[in-house]
Amino acid sequence: MKKKLTFAAALLAASVLGGMANAKQLVYCSEASPAGFDPSPWSGGNDFDASSRTIYSRLVEFEHGKTTISPGLAESWTVSDDGLEYTFKLRPGVKFQTTDYFTPTRDLNADDVIFSFERQWKKESPWYSYLEGTGWEYFTGMGFPDLLKEIVKVDDLTVKFVLNKPEVAFLPDLGMDFASIVSKEYADQLDKAGTRQQFTQKPVGTGPFQFVDYQVDAVIRYAAWDGYYGGRQKIDDLIFAITPDPAVRAQKLKAGECDIMSYPAPADIAGLQADTNLKVDEQEGLNIGYMAYNTTQPPFDKVEVRKALNMAVNKKAIIDAVYQGAGTPAINPIPPTMWSYNKDIKDDPYDPEAAKKMLADAGVKDLSMKIWAMPVSRPYNPNAQRVAELIQADYAAVGVKAEIVSYEWTEYRQRGKAKDRDGAFQLGWTGDNGDPDNFFFLLGCDAIGQSNYAIWCNQEFEALLKKGKATTDVAERTKIYEEAQVVFKREAPWLTIAHSKVFMPMNKKVSGFVMDPLGIHRFDGVDVTE
Amino acid sequence: MLRYLLHKLALIIPTVFGISLAAFAFVRLLPGDPILALAGERGVSPERYAQLIEQFGYNRPYVIQYLEYIGRVLTGDFGISIATKRPVLGEFQALFPATLELATVALIIAILLGIPAGIFAAVKRGSWFDQATMGVALTGYSMPIFWWGLLLIIFFSGYLGWTPVSGRIGLQYFFRPTTGFMLIDSLISGRSGAFKSAVSHLILPSIVLATIPLAVIARQTRSAMLEVLGEDYVRTARAKGLAPRRVIGLHAFRNALIPVVTTIGLQVGTLMAGAILTETIFSWPGIGKWMIDAIGKRDYVVVQSGLLIIALIVMAVNLIVDVLYAVINPRIRVQ
Repeated sequence: MKKKLTFAAALLAASVLGGMANAKQLVYCSEASPAGFDPSPWSGGNDFDASSRTIYSRLVEFEHGKTTISPGLAESWTVSDDGLEYTFKLRPGVKFQTTDYFTPTRDLNADDVIFSFERQWKKESPWYSYLEGTGWEYFTGMGFPDLLKEIVKVDDLTVKFVLNKPEVAFLPDLGMDFASIVSKEYADQLDKAGTRQQFTQKPVGTGPFQFVDYQVDAVIRYAAWDGYYGGRQKIDDLIFAITPDPAVRAQKLKAGECDIMSYPAPADIAGLQADTNLKVDEQEGLNIGYMAYNTTQPPFDKVEVRKALNMAVNKKAIIDAVYQGAGTPAINPIPPTMWSYNKDIKDDPYDPEAAKKMLADAGVKDLSMKIWAMPVSRPYNPNAQRVAELIQADYAAVGVKAEIVSYEWTEYRQRGKAKDRDGAFQLGWTGDNGDPDNFFFLLGCDAIGQSNYAIWCNQEFEALLKKGKATTDVAERTKIYEEAQVVFKREAPWLTIAHSKVFMPMNKKVSGFVMDPLGIHRFDGVDVTE
Repeated sequence: MLRYLLHKLALIIPTVFGISLAAFAFVRLLPGDPILALAGERGVSPERYAQLIEQFGYNRPYVIQYLEYIGRVLTGDFGISIATKRPVLGEFQALFPATLELATVALIIAILLGIPAGIFAAVKRGSWFDQATMGVALTGYSMPIFWWGLLLIIFFSGYLGWTPVSGRIGLQYFFRPTTGFMLIDSLISGRSGAFKSAVSHLILPSIVLATIPLAVIARQTRSAMLEVLGEDYVRTARAKGLAPRRVIGLHAFRNALIPVVTTIGLQVGTLMAGAILTETIFSWPGIGKWMIDAIGKRDYVVVQSGLLIIALIVMAVNLIVDVLYAVINPRIRVQ
């Protein structure tokens, strides 16, 4: 059997190397090189696209194009009444990929699941530090080291997660990339050979595509995995052509050198839409661009000042000029596509006269402040400098003098956290897992010094956040978060600027590509008509 | 000659240490650090930050960090990339052939076009050809590479469809690299059309990368030739009735060659710097793009070791140029 599989792997490699006749091929122009192919240590979207979403699978998966979860490697699960125990029944017969460097002798089982998490969790595991300086940032960032009490193998196909406290977002968290399931058998093989590094260079998973080759900074090649539990893909070869410049990606798409591209520059979208060979899918992004006041510093410690400044800004002008229409004005701290979004909340109206009066009533005269502008383009804000200029002009109209400041990107974020930071700080967020808490946590008291740039710790809001995290019933959680949004809007720690749209240009011969609200690029289910 | 060579080598040692120190300091002078760069918008808690800084050893005195670093370098260990966890030397070796191939072709283009253009401009001094050549050279020298590259892509690849947009070879050709040089690998792959595809992918990036060196070489050749053409021995050669081609080719050009060779040697540094932008535009998987990514991620290890390796290569090329001088002009050896 083993010999047969090795022969099959050799045949696959040979056929790919030789360029399979009539193979259906999809070329994706991606934006950056992956740091590696282990799905868990890295944190970039391009890393996830190249590893977890193509090669691996998870216990639960986000439904294609949605943020709701569905069974993945676990075909079912139960949750104990106290919300502390999650028991997963694994899908039988799931095969790890057979490659020219690994031939599995068994199907997926509970050992693989336990290994996948313990290597990120238990410092005594030799795999914890197999990559020098790996912090397992997502596992740590999602609070898993404190959350997990133990992971128990009930039987070969049953695994139980015991938590220290109830965590409503636990299931969506398991659908995230860092929670991808890797092969313990492959890890053991590399352990014996003393080549642990190969784990991230030559990956093995249970996902729709298997790894074939990576030419650093140039091309990644995958082939459809025949044994994929979800069924073989319609395309035979998937190729990532790494092309960092968005204008060059657009040219490659137009020239037919790739079939689909990521992150077009806003300026290129009209040209791509006009091309008769192409189509451009679009979707509301699961993101928010905002400007955080330092609520600990006068006069921004006064709600009425923050409100007045919010009312001075013409968001529509920003959407038109900077987002080039590809965005919607943001009202709440979560995007409208997120469940629990409170539709009843009205935005602070754009009313410079009223703003001026409110500032005067608050005793603010001749206010001078800083507006912070990110030095980089982000999916939630394509040009923070331009946004700052427009806000500066709006503020000038109500008698507020604003100076625009910007620093190098890491320095910018570091300086923004300073408790005595002057002025309002632009930033944003793109959701990880489709849970509202994944946005609200940005404003939690615990996030001060990390992601809470408003340095805002409101006890009423904090209590709702904690209550929301401890409640399992979705309807009840929705009510809690709706209330939290009311508090947020009343207290105005941020100027909510915009939710941007995300575009995905592709050749018309590509079908079945579904845009993902979480911003990941999945190629399972995609077809190409010749 | 040996003494001359040893003298040059002796100068290189302190230079290498100086560069290693400068590279080490440069990357640490940049705002931010690798941990903050990796954290992104999510941020990192102060406790976690302190833990990671300690894990990487970046909380220790700079002197200790530097001595450790240089100690490892002297044993041939250039470290592991913070971002990719791969050995720096391995990454460099994988990517360098792409840069070398591109830079070599660009340099050949620059020499083959730059020297004749400079000679003709000098010989026809003040003519329309001279003025046009020098005008074009000045434009080429001042051209922002990024804009120039994109312009060529839009025109030749997008509008005319003559050349591929980016990459090193058509994606239909898949073979594992033998030498890392695509022109050679495509030839020995035995795949029909592979070599042609590799050549077509080289055209635009090498033109873009050659632009500045070409302009510099043309201008330098012209000025060196003008100087030599005014010399007494050239006048004598002409007076003797030698054919103009012989006077220019043998008497004038040979003597004008030294500053031109110097300039060509110095272009290696320019090519390395130009490769950074050219490789980014043309998705060319070389060390220029690698360094840019590393600086963005504050990958201290890659930046400090990458700069050092590149500097060593540039110094080696300059040493070869110095030796060439000595071959061209024996007086230099004596001095």
